[in-house]
Amino acid sequence: MNIYKAIFLSSLGKKYIMGVTGLALFGFVIGHMLGNLQIFLGPEKINAYGALLKSMPKLLWMARLGLLACVGLHLWAAIQLVRQNRKARPSAYKVVDHSGSSFASRTMIWSGLIVLAFIIFHLFDFTITPEYTGKDSEGRHDIFRMVVLGFSNPLSAGWYIFANALLCFHLSHGVKSLFQSLGLSSGKWRGWFNTLAISVAWLVFVGNASIPVAVLLGFGKEALK
Amino acid sequence: MNLTLKVWRQRDAQDEGHFVTYPAHDISEDMSFLEMLDVVNEGLITKGEEPIAFDSDCREGICGTCSLVINGRAHGGQRATTACQLHMRHFSDGQTITIEPWRARPFPVVRDLIVDRGAFDRVIQSGGYISASTGGTPDANTLPVGKPTADMAMDAAQCIGCGACVAACKNASAMLFVAAKVSHLGMLPQGAVEKDARVLSMVRAMDEEGFGNCTVTGACEAVCPKEIGLDFISRLNRDYLSAVAKSTC
Ligand code: FES
Repeated sequence: MNIYKAIFLSSLGKKYIMGVTGLALFGFVIGHMLGNLQIFLGPEKINAYGALLKSMPKLLWMARLGLLACVGLHLWAAIQLVRQNRKARPSAYKVVDHSGSSFASRTMIWSGLIVLAFIIFHLFDFTITPEYTGKDSEGRHDIFRMVVLGFSNPLSAGWYIFANALLCFHLSHGVKSLFQSLGLSSGKWRGWFNTLAISVAWLVFVGNASIPVAVLLGFGKEALK
Repeated sequence: MNLTLKVWRQRDAQDEGHFVTYPAHDISEDMSFLEMLDVVNEGLITKGEEPIAFDSDCREGICGTCSLVINGRAHGGQRATTACQLHMRHFSDGQTITIEPWRARPFPVVRDLIVDRGAFDRVIQSGGYISASTGGTPDANTLPVGKPTADMAMDAAQCIGCGACVAACKNASAMLFVAAKVSHLGMLPQGAVEKDARVLSMVRAMDEEGFGNCTVTGACEAVCPKEIGLDFISRLNRDYLSAVAKSTC
């Protein structure tokens, strides 16, 4: 049996790819959120955290390339799957009753694509071509001030919150499905994974959205003076 | 009761197909959905019109031949019920009911509401059986099978191959069907021997027929007349993964 054929060309194999890369990306989302939440500990902590990441360029680039590969594979598999799925039903039902499946489960490609668009925008905004490149008193990149500055614009803050709402939506179905696709979700585990998916999806939303919301409510204003 | 039916009429697989509206008068609420269609067809035949073509055989919910999407739900959406076991008391007087065939590329329409489910047979032919002759029914407990395993295999074996899972899935995926067959055979001692080869070839056959992929929406288990659940799909994913791993190492 050719492993390439069995994984990359089969329907089940592509779901394994979705699941494994999804799990890695989900891990990143959690790490990224925990890192960002240090902003509430003040400029010192978050700027030091940024400097720490920058001080390990090899590790940083390995993580970046790994994530890029995951995004690429996740997207590739998603497009293949969606194309096959559309082909499998050439003539649509004229009346469809969706009770039995969740809205999130039926719109994964859309929530996923919008989140992807957001990630690209977000990378340019804060990492690749940041508008703000100021340094703090110790000569480190002043992340604290950059974030407060960025989110003082209600439009940026709103777009960030909206994208995170969609991410929450995507995770609420994605996290439970990855366990299903990898064959782990049977018996009592199914209930656990479903609860896990909903809880972490909300956690990510509340965690990430809390930053722009706090800034809009006046958090960190003194940094702008 | 009096009803209005919007029925999908289609001459053959090439025809585009369209809805035709028919009145259904004096329907008893004790009739099954198919008996109601019989009454409508009798009226059509008397008028010299072509009766509505639909599939049925046992009419007692065990053969899986009936196949109607009623108001957007396969088998009408009553829990654990096939269309032939669906009674008219679940509808209300004066209601408009739309009836469509299973829609999926691997299930071409033969006529009106009848589709060709030969794709399922070909998936079964690819490995959904035990190739060694194991004789007649063995005496009880000559081959011990644990109660939980026996129960689960029995749950999977309930699949009547009607195709409602494919019909309800937004991706026209046959995962629930294949999962039920793979599990029911693979969990019992006679079938366990060929477990790996079976799952590999049945999944390949399923893909070749052009069914879609599972996106875990759960629409299939919601309409399955035999209440086969997503757990079996998880098991199929696990069985396939372990078969691939074993065959490459
Ligand atoms: S006709 Fe046999 S199950 Fe409905």
